[in-house]
Amino acid sequence: MERKIRVLIAKPGLDGHDRGAKVIARALRDAGMEVIYTGLRQTPEQIVSAAIQEDVDVIGLSILSGAHNHLFPRVVELLKQSGAENVLVFGGGVIPEEDIPFLKSKGIAEVFGPGTPTSKTIEFIRANLKRPLN
Amino acid sequence: MTDLEKLQQDLTTWTTKVEKANEKYPERKKQFVTGSNAPVKRVYTPLDQKDFDYEKKLGLPGEFPYTSGVQPTMYRGRLWTMRQYAGFGTAEESNARYKYLLEQGQTGLSVAFDLPTQIGYDSDHPLSEGEVGKVGVAIDSLADMETLFGGIPLDKVSTSMTINAPAAVLLAMYIAVAEKQGVSADKLNGTIQNDILKEYIARGTYIFPPAPSMRLITDIFEYCAKNVPNWNTISISGYHIREAGSTAVQEVAFTLADGIAYVEAALKAGLDVDEFGPRLSFFFNAHNDLFEEVAKFRAARRVWAHIMRDRFGAKNPKSWMLRFHTQTGGSTLTAQQPDNNIIRVTLQALAAVLGGTQSLHTNSRDEALALPTEEAVRIALRTQQIIAYESGVAETVDPLAGSYYVESLTDRIETEVLQYIKRIDDLGGAVKAIEQGYIQQEIQDSAYAWQMDVEKNERIIVGLNKFQIKENPPKGLLRVDPAVGERQKQKLAALRSSRDQGAVERTLAALRNAARGTDNLMVPILEAVKAYATLGEICGVLREEFGEYKPNVMF
Repeated sequence: MERKIRVLIAKPGLDGHDRGAKVIARALRDAGMEVIYTGLRQTPEQIVSAAIQEDVDVIGLSILSGAHNHLFPRVVELLKQSGAENVLVFGGGVIPEEDIPFLKSKGIAEVFGPGTPTSKTIEFIRANLKRPLN
Repeated sequence: MTDLEKLQQDLTTWTTKVEKANEKYPERKKQFVTGSNAPVKRVYTPLDQKDFDYEKKLGLPGEFPYTSGVQPTMYRGRLWTMRQYAGFGTAEESNARYKYLLEQGQTGLSVAFDLPTQIGYDSDHPLSEGEVGKVGVAIDSLADMETLFGGIPLDKVSTSMTINAPAAVLLAMYIAVAEKQGVSADKLNGTIQNDILKEYIARGTYIFPPAPSMRLITDIFEYCAKNVPNWNTISISGYHIREAGSTAVQEVAFTLADGIAYVEAALKAGLDVDEFGPRLSFFFNAHNDLFEEVAKFRAARRVWAHIMRDRFGAKNPKSWMLRFHTQTGGSTLTAQQPDNNIIRVTLQALAAVLGGTQSLHTNSRDEALALPTEEAVRIALRTQQIIAYESGVAETVDPLAGSYYVESLTDRIETEVLQYIKRIDDLGGAVKAIEQGYIQQEIQDSAYAWQMDVEKNERIIVGLNKFQIKENPPKGLLRVDPAVGERQKQKLAALRSSRDQGAVERTLAALRNAARGTDNLMVPILEAVKAYATLGEICGVLREEFGEYKPNVMF
């Protein structure tokens, strides 16, 4: 039997806007995934350590303050340093389109902007997992 | 037969006829609902307002319960204050934007601070990395505040500051800058947001736990009543509650429940309700459902007037009046076809004006994408000016009063708000309801339901789930210079090496002492600010004494 997909939804930085993070967390849970939400103001170090401890397949990062170029790549870097490259990392929030190529080059698999249906994120996760489910 | 009985009979006959015709030509939807999912009937008649009593329910403008407005002449006397929330980068850049907005006819300032400032960290704190100057201006010390208001006479403008956990520190800096300009504190006009409860609920820039946070707030109430009498000491905010996904009813209910908690805290601290009551102000959102939003503002005024008079025994009519700022709804803006946002903002601004707002911020079309450009802000300000000078809606007070629909919506919102307030009272008040996660859960449920409705196309958002087009990525977005963080760190290092370190240490020690006792904290904070102690140092002392808030994380 296939195990459930495990996801960590995280809010790096000081930004307090977590409507989107909570909606996506709930949508993923309703889609049958096991979801952990970190709450606000997490450092990249805290996020990566939670991801490893919870043995997640996926990390979803949400930022609306504009600090994404600084904080998103740091998470991927720390995952690599911890030997956890097989964790799929995606992002969301208020992120200008012109920043997306840079973020992708730093290992963020996809960036979902305002107005993205949760179903699209769910499909993306299922299609791009880096670890087998059985 | 009375007129109403005859109307009832005619309505029944009419309904039968209409329903029959509907079998052939059905209405667009099976069920019509407001923007907040409340049912909407086909028609509203005098039967929906059988017990309508003008003086009891509305009151003449400027009279209890202020449903029609808090001033007798409303916008015939003076238009609302046009106040665009602005700030980014360094104090120099923000100062230039403020001067530009004042030249363009804006009538009040509204300061946006960056996240480190809002959370009480200096720009050189490790957690400030990447955030300095991003969502607002970076303020580390009185020196930055002097630059921010350079060339702006503080006795001539009113300034609103979106600052909560460290509100006392920023207010103290403002008072100190004014003093240097030769303006005494009693001449200052403005507002600090200072609303910590909605930070716990929805906005996230909390620092300290509830008890010391409430003390800081009531210390500000007391200090300002004596020294800064024209200052709005708090802006009790529904804005962020709505942005987090609440309905219109929840926005009003949770905001007023927070208001009740502040009044109770101040009474417990020994203050007189009529001393601080007139300085309480509010801040609401405006979304797209025009009539429901207008009704929301009217209902909020009525409910608050009764709370202050009947529940708290306030005697001064100024304590009964709910005065409020409005900002149009950021979460209603789309990143898709962003020019359409100008029309959304127009509808929302219209609702705020028809609802009797005292001041207004109109969002810029590009805010789902980035901070607004100067051009986008100008269009947003022009939107207010067109409503004010061309639409005619400001020429009479409460133009929708007496509309069967709007009065029915107002009554329904009032009833449902009172039900929520009762439930929160039963839980032990807003602070307890927040600690238990009740308020957050209610909002999250509404946010999720909204998202699912949009995904199922049960709610249409033009350009998002209907009428989409292929678009190129938007060009010319505002970008904050990433070097801001470095520049701010250098300024801070220079300050730390040039100031009188002995004075900093003395004033911070005095603050620590006051925090351990019960003296009003505004006094030692003002002294520390004047000695150029930094925001991070002042909040650092308070962090050590008060501890930090630990939220209960849920989704």
